[in-house]
Order: sequence, then structure tokens, then C-alpha cells
Amino acid sequence: MTQNWPLWEVFVRSRRGLSHTHAGSLHAPDAEMALRNARDLYTRRNEGISIWVVPSTEITASSPDERDPFFAPSADKPYRHPTFYDIPEGVSHL
Amino acid sequence: MVAVTPETGPDAALGTDETDGTGMTADLGAQLAAAFDAAVAADERVEPRDWMPEQYRASLVRQMAQHAHSEIIGMQPEANWITRAPSLRRKAILMAKVQDEAGHGLYLYSAAETLGTSRDELLDKLHSGKQKYSSIFNYPTLTWADVGAIGWLVDGAAITNQVPICRCSYGPYARAMVRICKEESFHQRQGFELLMALSKGTEEQHAMAQDAVDRWWWPSLMMFGPPDDESAHSAQSMAWRIKRHSNDELRQRFVDIAVPQAEALGLTLPDPDLKWNEERGHHDFGAIDWAEFWDVLKGNGPCNEQRIGQRRKAHEEGAWVRDAAAAYAHKQAAQQPAKPAGQNEEARV
Amino acid sequence: MSGIDTSAGTTTAAALALGDDALILSHRLGEWAGHAPVLEEEVALANIALDLLGQARILLSMVGDEDELAFLREERSFRNLQLVEQPNGDFAHTIARQLYFSVHQHELYAELARGDGPFAPLAAKAVKETAYHRDHAEQWTLRLGDGTEESRTRMRAALTALWKFTGELFQPVEGLDGVDWAALEERWLAALTDVVERAGLTLPEGPRTGAWAAGAGRQGLHTESFGRMLAEMQHLHRSHPGASW
Repeated sequence: MTQNWPLWEVFVRSRRGLSHTHAGSLHAPDAEMALRNARDLYTRRNEGISIWVVPSTEITASSPDERDPFFAPSADKPYRHPTFYDIPEGVSHL
Repeated sequence: MVAVTPETGPDAALGTDETDGTGMTADLGAQLAAAFDAAVAADERVEPRDWMPEQYRASLVRQMAQHAHSEIIGMQPEANWITRAPSLRRKAILMAKVQDEAGHGLYLYSAAETLGTSRDELLDKLHSGKQKYSSIFNYPTLTWADVGAIGWLVDGAAITNQVPICRCSYGPYARAMVRICKEESFHQRQGFELLMALSKGTEEQHAMAQDAVDRWWWPSLMMFGPPDDESAHSAQSMAWRIKRHSNDELRQRFVDIAVPQAEALGLTLPDPDLKWNEERGHHDFGAIDWAEFWDVLKGNGPCNEQRIGQRRKAHEEGAWVRDAAAAYAHKQAAQQPAKPAGQNEEARV
Repeated sequence: MSGIDTSAGTTTAAALALGDDALILSHRLGEWAGHAPVLEEEVALANIALDLLGQARILLSMVGDEDELAFLREERSFRNLQLVEQPNGDFAHTIARQLYFSVHQHELYAELARGDGPFAPLAAKAVKETAYHRDHAEQWTLRLGDGTEESRTRMRAALTALWKFTGELFQPVEGLDGVDWAALEERWLAALTDVVERAGLTLPEGPRTGAWAAGAGRQGLHTESFGRMLAEMQHLHRSHPGASW
């Protein structure tokens, strides 16, 4: 049995007066460890004073503006390129 | 958790006669491709949920994965000297640098994951040899001076390669590179400074530095990849603005930068043909041994098996740790009732 | 022994003891580089190692030249606890060693930071770092202890194997005269009991000293693997006498 750790999105407040900004993602078994890993990874040069972590699966994204032809298809098919669907183990390709 | 890509997504099953198998009409496909090309040509950034040609996606995943793998395999030759660093200051610098490389690997895997491929998949491909890492790390670090040569030459070549990627058309990759380039600014300097200390040190230290430069110079030039006319992926990557400059262009830039630095170091670059060409405004340099390059790439370098072996071993021996943490998280989640929305005070903006 | 400024007396002895603890544990953690069970943990272990190395450099510099002290002393002149020199073993052993040591170091530095002795400024900074090291060790103890059957077995074995080195943590250190060692030990035991029980385990029973008397490491008596560790750590520096790096 090897269980994969879920993906978390990391938001960092770089200093007082600024809002939290998306810094990247990481893997962690749970929220507590995600916070700690985020501290180590995204603030090891004092880049932040506060961190949020959110399970990537919990993020609901809007579709970009449908009037822009470049973005039209993602409104049409929101499921086309998302990162976070579950598929059975063993199914893999790029 | 494995992300889905269009071929396995729910829309794959919906294909009808009017579609091209990706769930859209040929007209719409052409329109999208044209819009994509125009956006890239206008230097707009492509973001994860935008439509993109499958080849573009595959190219990016391949390049980002190789880049991420290079960071984490690249930890090994330098970590080889952490326990033998000759001063506490050097030891701290080296530990911080190797740690950065783990961090950079994480940023890059994170960027690659936005394209619908999980880190576990990518690691599996590294471990099974299906994806490559930079061949430079298949050379051994035989003396302490190699740590300096890696910093100065290998990181120097990497930075020459990477700075243009900060303007890569794919947003997450470009953003990861901005962070990496910023953090790496000290990596090359510490290598240069390390070699300087050796070069100006005792006779033995100077010889150690020269020997390291002799061994790392040519492999560093190979880091830019095969000559332009033999490079499999270059032209398309340039058109898509994943790449901004050709292999040979970047290699020339690196040689021109390195020559005066070697002079400052008081060390010789091991190439009798290296000389300034007034007409071209560049340095001419000798022929690269591409047979060696292809041979190392195929797996016959001094350390290929050792590097992958250690990576695989760390991963396999760590499985019980990762499993334990996952099992614990599972138990904790089962014990705790879900928090009603809005209860988390801290998360209020 | 070279490089030691003996004029400072007992402060020197204490700085060496605390500095060697940090130096040697940092070295052991550095051995994990490239071998950690998951990439995120590469970064975490390196953070802790770097904190400890920073502490070691400040402490050794209170005594003399940091490099002479680190690279030119013989094994019998090192004053670190035997606990910190123990080989990494599996990840559970590393976590057990971290747990035993970091709870101790955190409690000790908190006490030193409250005082006005020569170590108060360093302790005030280091106590924040050690709080994090302690938290890291506690979090992993919970996960390994209450994770899978295998991890529980490994964690229990690790706690038991290193238990005999914990008696030494509370032997009074010359130069740290204000420290109430008995109270420190009580706080340590209470904290350890709490986290180990939350992890679904119990504290090991049995003696808390090994074949040597407690305090042996502080007197320069170490375990066999330590000599090899030093051989690796010191060989390059010693091969080039007088060289600068």
C-alpha cells in the first residue's frame, strides 16, 4: 500500500498590510503538516508572516471571460484541463 | 490522486462524428489553435485552464519534469560533500544550497502538476528511466573543489539557460523560474568564491581547483544540449516561446561570460582552441565531444546507475513513512466532525 | 586541545557542551540530504540542521576559533551528549532522537533565555528555532506512533533504543549553574509522556543510562560510531594544515 499525499495550495502574506497571495502548491498528509511544509518551503527566506493552506480539491474556479475567444472553450468545458480529478490508480499518461 | 487529462476526461466518451475526438468540432479546433498561436505570439501568458495544443502540453510537461528531476538528482553530487565540508561556514552554505535544490524541485513539480500530471507519476517515470534529468549529474564529485566547479560552471550554465525561461509562455513555469532564479543568485557566487579561495590558497588547493575545472568544463558546455541542427525539440519550443534562445546561442553566451571569470580566478579552461574572435565578437571554442554526450545520456556515464539507485532507494525506504502519515491523517479525519463553514476565524480575509 | 580561550572558565565549558550538541546533531541531520522519505522532508530536516549549525557556530565562537574547535579536536575532547551522536538509523530513530533532544533543548533554552547569564541572548533567539524543532519531532511522533502497524513498531523500537541515552540530558553542565536540572527533567518527562501517549505508545522502561555513567559524553566519553563520524567530518580540513577555505 502506498498512499499518495494530497495536493495543497499555499497562500502567503508577505508582510502586514498585504493580502495572502498564491505561492504554489505542495503535498502533505494533512493540514497541520501542510502548514509546516509550506513554512519550510515557501518562507525559508523570510518571505512571509502568515500562511494559508487549502486542499487543491476544495478550490472552485471560475471560468475566464466567455467573450474572449481565447478563453471560450474553458467556459464551455470546465472539466477539460483541471488538475484535480480522481481516476483509478494505474491510469497514467501525460 | 491522479489528475485527468483530456483523453481520459469525461468528455472523451462523448465524441461523436462531428468532433475530432477531443470533444470539439474541427472548426472550433482550428479557431482555438489560431487564437492560441496569436496569444503566444503576442507574448501573452498561457494559464493552466486555457485551451492549449496537446503537443504544447506534452512538451511543457516533458521539459518541466526533466527540470524538476535535475534539481533533485542534482542534490546528490553536492550532498556528497556536506559531511566533509572543510569549514563550518562552507558547510552551512552547502547545506542551504542543497536544500534550495530540493525546494526548486518542489516548485517545478508543483508547476508541472498544473498541467494535470501528478508528482507521483513524474517520480515513477524518473525512477523507471522513462524521463531524463540533466546528464551533468552523472559525473562524480571527486574532490571538494568539485563543489566549487558545480557552483561556478554547472549553476552558471543552468542560470544562462533558466533566465530566459522566466519569460516562458506558460505562466506557472515562468513564475516558478522567477522564484528559482532569484534564489539561485547565491549558488553561482558561492561556487566562484569557493574556487577563488582554493586558487589563491596553497599549491595543493590550486591544483585541486584546476583539476575540477578541467573535468567540469566540457560537460558544462554539453548542458545546453545538442547543436541546433540536431536538437529534436528546439524549433517548436522556440515557436511556442517555451524556449527563447537556441542551444548554440546560449552556449556561446556562457563561454563568453566564463572566459573572463576564469581569468579572474587564475584558472585555465581546458580548451587550446579557445580564443577571442574579433570579427564575430565572440570567443571561438573547440569541438565538443558529442559522442560522450550521447553516451552519458544513454546511461553510460560514471554515475547514472548510482544516482537513480539512490533516488529509488530513498523513495522506497520512505514509503512506510509516507504511508504512516497518510494513515494518521485518515484516522484523524474520520474522528473529527466536519467544521461548519465560516467557523475558521483565521481564514477570514 | 587547540583554540580554546580558557580565560572565560566555566562559560567556556558550557559553551562547548551546548555548541558540540548542536554541531554534532546538525552533522547527523546533514547526512539525510538526498535520502529523506519525501521531498518536503528534505527541506524540513535541512532547516533544522541549519538552525543547529548556526547555534553551534555562535557557541563555539564564544570559546575560540569555530573551525579549529570543530575540525582539530580529538574525539575525547568533544563534550556533546551521546544521544546526538547516535547514527540516523531509520526515519523513526531520527525522529526519536529529535524528540528526546529538542524537547530538552527547548526547555533548557527557554530557561536560559529568562536569565541574564552569558547565554541569554543566544537562547532568546534559539528558543524560537528549538520550538519549531520540537514541534516537528512531536508531529512526526504522532504520525509514526499512530500511523500504520509498521510505523508503530518502528517508532516504539526507536524510542526504546535511544532511551538509555536520555539520562545524560539532565546531568548538570558546568557553567549553567542557575539551571534547575531536576525541574527540567520533570518538565521533559511530562512533555514526553504526553506526546508519546497521544501517539498511542508508552514511554520505554528500563535504565536511562548505558554502559557509561550518565554524563559520559560531557566528559569526552563517546560511542564507537562517533569516531567514524569525526573522521569523515575532519579529514579534509586536517589534510591541508593551515589552509583557508
